[in-house]
Amino acid sequence: MKYADEYRDAAKALALSEKIKEVCIPGKKYKIMEICGGHTHAIYKYGITKYLPEQIELVHGPGCPVCVIPLGRVDDAISISQEDVIFTCFGDMMRVPGNKRSLGDAKAQGADVRIVYSPLDALHIAKTESDREVVFFGIGFETTAPATAIALKQAKELKLSNFSIFCNHVTIIPPLVSILEKEDTEIDAFIGPGHVAAVVGCQIFEEVANNYSKPVVVSGFEPLDILQSVYMIIKQFHDGICKVENQYSRVVPYYGNKVAIETINETMEVRPYFEWRGLGTIKNSGLKIRSEYGDFDAENKFYIPGIKISEPRACQCGQVLQGKIKPNECKVFGKACTPEKPIGTCMVSSEGACAAYYNYGRFAFAAK
Amino acid sequence: MIKSTQDNSNKGDNKVITMAVGAGGKTTKTIISSLFLPRFSNDYLAEMGDGAVIDLQSNRIAFSTDSFVVSPLFFPGGSIGDLAVNGTVNDLAACGARPVAISLALILEEGLLLSTLEKIADSIMHASEQANVKIVTGDTKVVEKGKADGCYINTSGIGIINENVTGLGPKNILPEDTVIITGSIGDHGTAIMVERGDLGITADITSDTVALADPINAVLDKCGSAVHAMRDPTRGGLATVLNEMAESSHVGIEIDEERIPIKREVRAVSELLGIDPLYIASEGRMAIFADPNYQDEILAILQTFPQSKDACAIGKVVSEHPGFVLENTVFGGQRIIDLLVGDPLPRIC
Amino acid sequence: MYDWAMCLGIPGQIADISDEHYAIADVGGAKRKINTDLLLGQPLESGSWVLIHVGFALAIIDEEEAKQTLSLLSEMQDVYRQELEALSLSKAHQADQQGSSS
Repeated sequence: MKYADEYRDAAKALALSEKIKEVCIPGKKYKIMEICGGHTHAIYKYGITKYLPEQIELVHGPGCPVCVIPLGRVDDAISISQEDVIFTCFGDMMRVPGNKRSLGDAKAQGADVRIVYSPLDALHIAKTESDREVVFFGIGFETTAPATAIALKQAKELKLSNFSIFCNHVTIIPPLVSILEKEDTEIDAFIGPGHVAAVVGCQIFEEVANNYSKPVVVSGFEPLDILQSVYMIIKQFHDGICKVENQYSRVVPYYGNKVAIETINETMEVRPYFEWRGLGTIKNSGLKIRSEYGDFDAENKFYIPGIKISEPRACQCGQVLQGKIKPNECKVFGKACTPEKPIGTCMVSSEGACAAYYNYGRFAFAAK
Repeated sequence: MIKSTQDNSNKGDNKVITMAVGAGGKTTKTIISSLFLPRFSNDYLAEMGDGAVIDLQSNRIAFSTDSFVVSPLFFPGGSIGDLAVNGTVNDLAACGARPVAISLALILEEGLLLSTLEKIADSIMHASEQANVKIVTGDTKVVEKGKADGCYINTSGIGIINENVTGLGPKNILPEDTVIITGSIGDHGTAIMVERGDLGITADITSDTVALADPINAVLDKCGSAVHAMRDPTRGGLATVLNEMAESSHVGIEIDEERIPIKREVRAVSELLGIDPLYIASEGRMAIFADPNYQDEILAILQTFPQSKDACAIGKVVSEHPGFVLENTVFGGQRIIDLLVGDPLPRIC
Repeated sequence: MYDWAMCLGIPGQIADISDEHYAIADVGGAKRKINTDLLLGQPLESGSWVLIHVGFALAIIDEEEAKQTLSLLSEMQDVYRQELEALSLSKAHQADQQGSSS
């Protein structure tokens, strides 16, 4: 497959591996955080750490939008699904547990919950089943917000009266800053989320490089992309510089996609506060639908319980999401919390650190 | 559910299955004699007994059953009728048997178009001819509109175990055994996904449903004792079969990502949707675990048959990590192929 | 893993531009209708490669940049190969020397 296979060449990976070793400062330890579920998944799937020297440690951050949805919001979604609606969502959301059950459970118990691939599919259902109320569960970082935004615009143009969106989009910089502001943070640099940057640009990360002195390299998702990004980070330390670089230049324009940014701004605005699983409440980190599009806001149309639910005691998702512990260091990893019976969201989504580790890493660890 | 037709006259092209068809009376007999008997004509059915009385030459018999609830009923490459025959034939072949006879039980939804039933019956006829197996007994029931989603089918089959088979079974796999697959994986499930149309994807993918009794028995004729276990990867795909076998025989299995045959379009659809082809159903493939010294001979035999021309070895059985299936990835890593959790793709077969 | 990875961005080639809002993208043989509104004002035509995410074209893939990235990686690979060869040559040389001195 073009633009994929060429970036999966193991021979080139070995070459990159050597270059990385060459620019490592002897004795220095590097803790690099990636903040996108796609990177977490790729790192484990392709065994990237095998190509890195011991002094480089990759940690996972809050980059999986499924993983950071608080229990209370999942319950809100389930509550909406109990009304006489067709509740649509991405596949990943079906198994995320709320306080008592998941959307998948609600479906088994009779709710009309349907998986869609795109918010436009949900819109299509609203058009064809015009006598039914249709709700779309909008989740994702800035990568996916433009899609929801276009769906809102189309709904308005078509003057639909039976379509609304339960908006749970989040933005990437506030949680990063929240992690960096913590005193005990040990992160040295970031592998930047390539597809978020394709929308909002690389320049949003300049704050991280300038104010916190942490290099950021915006990376693609193939294994060679990730390795090259690690190389570029280590080289920055070697050269004594600290800036934002764009490894994923074939896809990401440095200043992002202007049309996409405008579309988001036209239809959504920043929430003053939003709760993140494991990270607590973060200022200005969530998006909600603007009043001009209020007719399509599920939070206006339906009763939202809005109950804040605390994590199950045993759950250490928060620590995993901040990069403080590895999945296998969580007390319940692989025991009480498995993909079949997940306690926390990190285990549910295939892009969650714990699920990825469970799949790709746990055996190697056990073997050691 | 079947959408109701405009014309309620139950004549001509709009003729539908009514509750009367399942009642056992005159209407039932008419359907059997006009629709089924002409297509499945054989001495057993002609007897019209309560069951078929068959004289089998052996007392090493394989017996298998399977039900088919696929939606939609028709898809590129086949229909529920093809699955119904090939599915049971392949299960018998996996037991090391040559299929002899099949029973056919249909549960029809009131309102199903007669023409649809005729098409299904045609496909059952062709599939059983290709598989060289007879439909010897059957049953038809009708349930009210809203149930059975058109048509559900159960087939059960008997076969005679190939004389050369010794020690075949899921517990008999040994370390060093070679792991062979008879063709590309995931074609059927992907064809169904695309045909359902919910995802708006178009792709040139056809179901791989086909009977494997001939190539499998050809292998058993020559190297029966070298074959330790076989299973066809249907629901849950190859990953599920490998896990089941690793568990049953308490061995480890290691497969090589680059050797697993996956059609380009199947790979494309699965990349687009983020689904792993290892978990997507096939309906005309067999996984074979055999003595590695016979690997080349087995492959050579399989490759002479059109339905297994792409047969290849994909890995081996090991004594390490019993119960676990590992994949050596193209990038030099290794990942665990776990059992499926949940079922995002229901009614695949 | 048998899960629907929502965050996927996949490269696909535009097979057909249907109208000002939609195009048909070909992803390794599978085709899907995608919305092109987010690429308004960009030079999109049949044959263009785009990044596809949840039914939308998010960005045009720059062939030149892709070539540059790959050639950089290939250069590294060549250098690495040369180094490996040099290493094995020098090892062979060392072995010869030791052999001849004993």
